[in-house]
Amino acid sequence: MFSFVARRLAVAIPTLLILVVLSFILMYAAPGGPFNSERPLPPEVLANIEAKYGLDQPFWKRIYDYIVGVVLHFDFGPSFKFKDRSVNDIIAQGFPVTLTYGSIAFLVAIVVGVSLGVAAAVKQNSWLDYLAVGISIGAQVLPNFVMAPILLLTFTLWLGWLPGGGWNGGQWEHLVMPVIALSTSYMASIARITRSSMLEVLNTNFIRTAQAKGLSMRRVIWKHAMKPAMLPVLSYLGPAFVGMITGSVVIDSFFSTGGIGTFFVNSAFTRDYSVMMGITILVGSLTILFNLLVDVLYAWIDPKIRY
Amino acid sequence: MGRFNGAFEREKFMTLKTTLKATTAAVLFLSGTAAFADSHATHPVTGETLATDQTFTYRDLDESPSIDPGKAEDAAGGDILRDLFEGLMAQDGDGNIVPGVATGYEVSDDKLTYTFTLRDNAKWSNGEPVVAGDFEYAWKRAASPELASPYSWYIELMSIENASAVIAGEMEPSELGVTATDDKTLVVKLTQPLPYFPQMVVHYTTFPVPRATIEEFGDDWTKPGNMVSNGAYILTEHVPQEKLVRERNVNYWDNENTIIEKTTSLVINDENVALTRFLAGELDRTEVPSGQFPALAAEYPDDIMSVPNACSYYYTVNMTDTGNPALQDANVRQALSMAVDRDVIVENVLAGGQKPAYTFTHWATAGFETPDIPMASMTQAERNAKAVEMMEAAGYNKDNPLSVDLIYNTSDAHKGIAIAISQMWKQTLGVETQLSNEEWQVFLETRGNQDYQVARAGWCADYNEASTFLDLMQSESGYNDAKYNNPEVDALLAHAKTADNPQADYTAVEQFIAQDTPIIPIYHYSADKMLRGTVKGWAYDNFQQNWYSKDLYRVVGE
Repeated sequence: MFSFVARRLAVAIPTLLILVVLSFILMYAAPGGPFNSERPLPPEVLANIEAKYGLDQPFWKRIYDYIVGVVLHFDFGPSFKFKDRSVNDIIAQGFPVTLTYGSIAFLVAIVVGVSLGVAAAVKQNSWLDYLAVGISIGAQVLPNFVMAPILLLTFTLWLGWLPGGGWNGGQWEHLVMPVIALSTSYMASIARITRSSMLEVLNTNFIRTAQAKGLSMRRVIWKHAMKPAMLPVLSYLGPAFVGMITGSVVIDSFFSTGGIGTFFVNSAFTRDYSVMMGITILVGSLTILFNLLVDVLYAWIDPKIRY
Repeated sequence: MGRFNGAFEREKFMTLKTTLKATTAAVLFLSGTAAFADSHATHPVTGETLATDQTFTYRDLDESPSIDPGKAEDAAGGDILRDLFEGLMAQDGDGNIVPGVATGYEVSDDKLTYTFTLRDNAKWSNGEPVVAGDFEYAWKRAASPELASPYSWYIELMSIENASAVIAGEMEPSELGVTATDDKTLVVKLTQPLPYFPQMVVHYTTFPVPRATIEEFGDDWTKPGNMVSNGAYILTEHVPQEKLVRERNVNYWDNENTIIEKTTSLVINDENVALTRFLAGELDRTEVPSGQFPALAAEYPDDIMSVPNACSYYYTVNMTDTGNPALQDANVRQALSMAVDRDVIVENVLAGGQKPAYTFTHWATAGFETPDIPMASMTQAERNAKAVEMMEAAGYNKDNPLSVDLIYNTSDAHKGIAIAISQMWKQTLGVETQLSNEEWQVFLETRGNQDYQVARAGWCADYNEASTFLDLMQSESGYNDAKYNNPEVDALLAHAKTADNPQADYTAVEQFIAQDTPIIPIYHYSADKMLRGTVKGWAYDNFQQNWYSKDLYRVVGE
């Protein structure tokens, strides 16, 4: 197991390097630049700015300096658009926000999704099953950009219970709508996967044996069926978690949370190269890390899996 | 973008200094009496009953790139900076200049030297006095290649001596033509007379900055807790992409007359979300989403405003060989312009306070009289008939229709207008229009490289004078995307720079634009906003909508 983890981490380094180089090339290949605007800057002003941000250097030098800065000093450089802050500042401020509501939404999605899925599978074809399937399909067809305005109109305008946006250091009132809007579609997917996987497991021989021994249904499910049924769910959860803690631009811009998602998407529009690179590396690293974590959990859950 | 009122009638200019002195006296008198009305129960001037809650919360579309006066570059950042800092001069609700840190100024006979006198009681938020050296430092810093400010060109625009050489790195910033001869006197040397120079020092690039703080914290000096400022408010909280809070500065020289205690700007990207939050009572001011003005005005007549906004919306026509050859014919261009029913665009598509445009210059621009453009006085039926005639003269009709490409930057509002106009062209002239949208950065390149046929464009005034629009028609202008080249227009624009009354030149230029049609003016913008009716003191008549929290107050609602 240890050598497996070490090997995977060793592969992660070249993977990240390729990610950085490719993103760098794609970024500079896109038309426009961070200092293009409707009113072109006078050449001498542009020259000063380009010198300040190293854009007057040849391409290979820029990419080399960038990688050296990131690797040796953990410095992602200054933001090209937000002239008072560095990329490190932006990530340090925005990532905890997204991480907070993303993690809570993740927990909500798992707890509700798995419960719905298990209940539906155990009572297959009962009203409970139909209800659970109905809820999960309903949640699936309501993506967050539809959920968000519905929540806002209901809880802010009509009922007046919750503030319509902002973060306020993560007060619970400000968390409710982002968490609901973000978690519903993930919850629906988890419920669906859990249900079908649980159905499959419940029809296997070892479960029949367990039932034949006279074990209670509860014990059969929790002790025997749960672990194998969770394997497909687990492979979904790794990337889902990364998606939830990094990429919720709809939530960020809709509820003005100040999270990382808005910065990520806006940086692409404004060609804020350094912010875009910084967040790409963050998302890339997290994806690699959580895929690895999922693989390790796999081995823990299913003793048949050996690395 | 920086905006300043440029039109400065000569008489007003000469008597300004006396006016300023009178205003200062009035202000000093007020600050003496205001101490008795400290509870803010009633407004000291109007006598209205003030609300106990004196806060103001408004929506910003996006996070501003910078709130460092030297590096700031957008209008929303300007709103914030006018609260946090105070320049030599400021503006009142009508856009007139009033004393700021300076009590007044003197101009030399050759109009090349301005000497500003600073007030004795101006202080930084840490209690230190604001001195002329703070301005000198700020301006030299803004121009320095080291800071590499995207707004360094503003120092150049002010025609300050050696500005261009300093920005280009050919001279040291210390050689910039601004000097503090003592703590209360700032001397500015210009390279050419600039009648609207005093208007330019209300802009944030010219605000003083605290040298000691900047040297202590570097780029972090603009963070709450670090920032020292000299305006009516200080920065107390700033969470990028969420909110920025500023609260009353007790060290501000005119603090006694400040009523609003706390101003908060919230970043809300979506205008419909912002409107919902306004209706839920979370905001005092937000934009009216396109097309919703009539309904909102009917339902909330006390909470809505519409004032002219110094921008023009137009289509630019590529006149070069890289465009559509048919569009090199002035008849075709003019026919396209005539066939656009601007009333339909303004009344049905936009449905706000916008006005149809037949001239490039915004109708409300100071000192500008909208000239009689023949097209403007016709009915749309007459225009359409004329358009068909001109199109036929160029060899096109409904059986042999013209085909053009029209591009716009991705946005629902631009799309709606483009569809409407292409339908008008189709119905009147049989023109086949291929519409396409491009993402902003791509669009700028396409349009700037004349890789288009007809493209959407908009222009906002940098200062309140017609040349801010018309200079775009100058053949060498970097913003002349049509590549319009008319030596007569160039000569008229050059003449206007030194003319006592440039209106005749501007009229002639607008006539040329109507005739040659390098651009198709469509409408003149208005600023349509929701503004809570209990918030008073708004700068309605300030054409650039430069507002100051210190001038606002909240009255008791019904």
